[in-house]
Amino acid sequence: MALVQCDNISIAYEGQTVVYDLSFEIHQGDYLCIVGENGSGKSTLVKSLIGLKSPSKGKIILNDGLRQNEIGYLPQQNDVQKDFPASVYEVVLSGRLNSRGFRPFYTAGDKKAAKENMQLLGIERLGKNCFRDLSGGQKQRVLLARALCATKKLLLLDEPVTGLDPIVTAEFYQLIKEVNEKSKIAVVMVSHDIESAVRDASHILHLQETALFFGTTEDYRKSPVGRQFIKSGQIQPEAEKTAGGERS
Amino acid sequence: MIHTIVEMLSYPFMVRAFTVGILVSLCSALLGVSLVLKRYSMIGDGLSHVGFGALAVAAALNAAPLAVAIPVVVVAAVLLLRVSDSSKMKGDAAIALISTSALAVGVMVISMTTGMNTDVYNYMFGSILAMSSEDVEMSVMLSVIVLALYIFFYNKIFAITFDETFAQATGVRANLYNTLIAVLTAVTIVLGMRMMGTLLISSLIIFPALTSMRICKTFRSVILNSAILSVVCFCIGISVSYFFATPAGASVVVVNLAMLAVYTIIGLIKEKRKICR
Repeated sequence: MALVQCDNISIAYEGQTVVYDLSFEIHQGDYLCIVGENGSGKSTLVKSLIGLKSPSKGKIILNDGLRQNEIGYLPQQNDVQKDFPASVYEVVLSGRLNSRGFRPFYTAGDKKAAKENMQLLGIERLGKNCFRDLSGGQKQRVLLARALCATKKLLLLDEPVTGLDPIVTAEFYQLIKEVNEKSKIAVVMVSHDIESAVRDASHILHLQETALFFGTTEDYRKSPVGRQFIKSGQIQPEAEKTAGGERS
Repeated sequence: MIHTIVEMLSYPFMVRAFTVGILVSLCSALLGVSLVLKRYSMIGDGLSHVGFGALAVAAALNAAPLAVAIPVVVVAAVLLLRVSDSSKMKGDAAIALISTSALAVGVMVISMTTGMNTDVYNYMFGSILAMSSEDVEMSVMLSVIVLALYIFFYNKIFAITFDETFAQATGVRANLYNTLIAVLTAVTIVLGMRMMGTLLISSLIIFPALTSMRICKTFRSVILNSAILSVVCFCIGISVSYFFATPAGASVVVVNLAMLAVYTIIGLIKEKRKICR
């Protein structure tokens, strides 16, 4: 059974439909890249997947015991975090909140899980460091560790490599691939980087208000829409930052 | 030295001022960290002006000041938060609008009833004589509730302060906790404002957090440091107020300012050392 199942969903903002008639599935162990141009509805879809915006039509169904609050989400960076005084350990541990429910304090088990995930991502030495003093790549690792603390099944990454230099970007992609393969965690990544998308992902969803293409990467390479998009290469990642359809 | 302190504490009004002041400083320091980091610093200022308006109306109606002011300011806090979140009006403009309106209403009411007198002066700049013994009871009760709620929800408050979207995605009801912070802030401000003064109460919220952030590296240490710093600064400030007969609020703010300067210098020195190493 599919982990996440979207059947003909539409998402609207104040009566304006942003995404329509979209169907796709995510299975355990999948690596799905969501690609598409500026304002194609990627960010909106992400909001719906994490349950912040319910679809105006259709339903997003979570199966296999995946609960809405158990999606490991790595958001785009926000301004507050630039000067936020928090240790790496505190940030990672906050990913365990969804297992707390109403109980207010973390248990030894939560602390252990946080440490394990930090080890997995090679940031255990940074534990006491201040989040704001880290490099961009280290910050993303910390946020990925936090996302892993929140989930056992599905990671959702929203443009995780924005602002990282090429070497760090490559490392980060490698890391995600490892997590995907070793832990069998399904990965959904919103990306501009079509080259790495077709290199790493097992499935591609090409979004343009609706699915222009959904299927395996193999098929995408052969499809007309895929061929054209891959040929045109990366689509202005900087312009997306400002016009990226952030309709919050 | 000890003799003068004992003498100072032999006055019941000073004991009341210390009791309420220490609790309010503690609450405002804790809440202040979240407010400053979430860019809501000015909410404190806005709310204190609303509080001034409410107190003026309460005085005119001969009603109990806290019983009128607390509900009014709580409503204003929730309203301000809602307005800040919606994009129709920018948060800072909304705060300026609401706070000046409330201030104007308060001044109008006062000038039409008792007239501008020392009471108004005390409202504005604070007085250590402000607390009656009923006020103390209520203040102690409310501050204890504020502290308890803050500690109970500490981890969730951290999560929504650091990253609201992630917190929401993992099932934390961010709106609920934002409202909680706003309501707790409102209560704290009303409790402290007659002693600290309308114009200066927001400094209790902003200073300790900003000062601690100069040198502290973790959220927990910022919180603890702010709490201790806030209480220490309050005690020094209020003693200054007693010995030199200066307004309480202004004295506390000046001590806070001095502390900020000290922390900033320490922070810079630390930074320099790190670079040299």
